[in-house]
Amino acid sequence: MADTTLTKTAEPTGRASGQPPAGPRSRPARSPMASPRSFVWTRWIFLAVLTVFVLVPIYVMISSSLKPLQDVSGEFRWIPSGLTVRPYFDIWETVPLARYFVNSLIVAGAATVFSVIVAVFAAYGVSRYRFRGKRVFTVTVLSTQMFPGILFLLPLFLIYVNIGNATGIALFGSRGGLILTYLTFSLPFSIWMLIGYFESVPRELDEAATVDGCGPLGALFRVVVPAATPGIVAVGVYSFMTAWGEVLFASVMTNDTTRTLSIGLQSYATQNDVYWNQVMAASLVVSVPVVAGFLLLQRYLVAGLTAGSVK
Amino acid sequence: MTATAARRPAASGPGAGAAGAGRPSPGPAGARRRPRIPARLRKIGLPYLLLLPALLLELLVHLVPMVIGIWMAFKEITQFYIANWGDAPWAGLDNFALAVDFNAPVGEALLRSFFTTCLFTVLSVGLCWCVGTAAAIFMQDNFRGRGILRALFLTPYALPVYAAVITWAFMFQRDYGLVNHVLTDQLGLTGERPFWLIGDNAFVALLTVSVWKGWPFAFLIVMAGLQNIPKELYEAAAIDGAGVWQQIRRITLPSLAPVNQVLILVLFLWTFNDFNTPFVLFGDSAPESADLISIHIYQSSFVTWNFGSGSAMSALLLLFLLVVTAAYLLVTSRGRKSSDG
Repeated sequence: MADTTLTKTAEPTGRASGQPPAGPRSRPARSPMASPRSFVWTRWIFLAVLTVFVLVPIYVMISSSLKPLQDVSGEFRWIPSGLTVRPYFDIWETVPLARYFVNSLIVAGAATVFSVIVAVFAAYGVSRYRFRGKRVFTVTVLSTQMFPGILFLLPLFLIYVNIGNATGIALFGSRGGLILTYLTFSLPFSIWMLIGYFESVPRELDEAATVDGCGPLGALFRVVVPAATPGIVAVGVYSFMTAWGEVLFASVMTNDTTRTLSIGLQSYATQNDVYWNQVMAASLVVSVPVVAGFLLLQRYLVAGLTAGSVK
Repeated sequence: MTATAARRPAASGPGAGAAGAGRPSPGPAGARRRPRIPARLRKIGLPYLLLLPALLLELLVHLVPMVIGIWMAFKEITQFYIANWGDAPWAGLDNFALAVDFNAPVGEALLRSFFTTCLFTVLSVGLCWCVGTAAAIFMQDNFRGRGILRALFLTPYALPVYAAVITWAFMFQRDYGLVNHVLTDQLGLTGERPFWLIGDNAFVALLTVSVWKGWPFAFLIVMAGLQNIPKELYEAAAIDGAGVWQQIRRITLPSLAPVNQVLILVLFLWTFNDFNTPFVLFGDSAPESADLISIHIYQSSFVTWNFGSGSAMSALLLLFLLVVTAAYLLVTSRGRKSSDG
C-alpha cells in the first residue's frame, strides 16, 4: 500500500517510465520538442561544476580519514601516500566518542518518536476537524520557526533550572531536557507537512472506517496513518536530522555525561595537536547514520513535500 | 455514542453540534460505545485534545521562554542575579538604549554585526535559491544517473552541520588545507598563503560553507514543487512552438511562485538566525568580517554574563524579523494576486 503510493507520487512525471529502455543518446526530452543545443550544453556544464563543488569536501572527508598522520599535518595531498584505518580505531580513545554517540542516539531517537506522535495528532486534528482557533493554532505553531534560538535559549535554561529546583525533575543538563527541546524544533514543519499529507488521504476512507465502528482515533490509526506512511517517515527523518545536528542548545544544556556529538566532535579540535585524520574519521562515523537514513528515505521526503506544498 | 455522529461536526462546525438537542440522537449504526464522556463535549473537545500536546510543548519551549526573554530585556540581569533572576532590578529601556546607541562601542558593534548578517543573508539565500532552482530544473527530465546525482546533491543537506563545517574548516586551514593548496601551489593565484578563518576572508569562507550546506534544501523543495506542474502545460507550449528556454521562463518559473514564496522566507529566517555554521567554523570568537548576529548576541550575553542586554538585542532581532516577514508576506501576496487577476 505504502509502496504503491510512494512510487506514484515520487515518480516525477512518469514520462520516462512507460517508454522502452532508452539508450544514452535517445533520452526523452523535457518536452516533445527536441532540446536545443544551448540547453543541453548549459545543463551539462552546470551539473558538472556543481558535482565537483559538492563532491570535493566529501572526498576530502573520506580520503583524509584514511590518511596516515604525516599526510594531514603537512601540505595537503590529493592522493594519500598510504592508506590506513588506524584513525577509525584511534577516534574512540582521543575523546569519549562512544558516549557522545550513545547520547545523540538516545536524544535524537526519543525526540523523533515523540515529535512524530505529537505531530500526527495535531495534523489529524487540523486536517479533519473544523473548530474555533484553528487558524490561530497553525499560525502560532509555524511562527515559532521564526524565533531566533538565541532569544529563548537563556529563558528556557532558567525555566529548566527552576522546574528542577521546584519539582526535582532534572531537565537542565539531562537528556530529558534536550529531548523535550528538540522535539519542539521539528514540530512546526512536521505538522505543516503532515496536514498536507493527510489532506491527500481521501476523507471517504476514514468515513468508511467510522461506519465500520472505529472511533475517530481508530480511523486515524487504521486508515489515515497507514495511507500516509511516506509522509510520516519523511517527518521522522526530518526530526531525527534536526535533533542529531543541533549545536546551540546542546552547547548550553548538556554536561560532561550528557554531551552529544554536536559538541563532542569539537573537542577533537581543542586538543593541543589536531589530528585531522581522526577528526575526518569521526565526522564520517557520526554522519553515516543520518546520511544513510536520509538517502534511503529521501524519496519519501520528496513525496511528502510534494503533498505538503500543494496547500 | 457512535463515531459517525462524532464526526459530524467536522462537516458542520462546532456551533451546529452545540445548538443541537441536549442528547444527540444515536447515529445510523446505533452501536453504543464509550458512554463515559458526554457526547457533546467529546465532539467539540476532540480536536482541541488532539492539538493539546503540540500546543503545550510549544508553550513550554518557545512561547513562554520568548515572553520571559522579552521581559528580561527590561531587567538588569548580570551574573549576580542569575540564581534569583526575579529580583534583578528593573532597567527600563536602558538595555535597549545601550544596544541602539550606535556611537558607543556596544551599539556600533551590534550595528556592524547586523549589516554583516544582512549582506551574508542576501548573498547566501540568493545563491542557494539560484543554484537549487537551476539544478532542479536541469534535472527535471529523466537521464541516466539522475538518481545517483540527486542523492549526491542531497548529501550536504543530510550531513550533520558540525561534520560538514568541520570538514570545511580543515579545507580552509592555512597550511594544511586544500583551498590554499589549490590556489597557491597548484594554480599560483596568490603569492602568499592567505588566512581563511581569520580576517576579511572569513566572510567568503562562511558564505561558501553556508551555500554548500544550504542549496540542497532549495533543490529539494523546488524539485517537489516541479512535480505539481501539469505536464499538459509543457505539451501545449511545445505545440505553440515555445522552446525549452521559453518554457522555463513562461511556465516553470511562474508556476513555482507559491513554492518560492515559502522557500525564500524559510531560507531567509534560517540563514539570518544561523548560529551553527559560524559557531563550528570559528568557535567562540568569530572574526569581525563574519560576526553574524546570533554569534554576536551569544558572545555579548553568555560570554560576558550580561543577559539583560543580550535579551534586549534578541528582542530587537525578533522585532526586525517580524517586520521583515510581515512586509514580505504582504508584498508577495499582493504580487501574486495581481498577477493572477
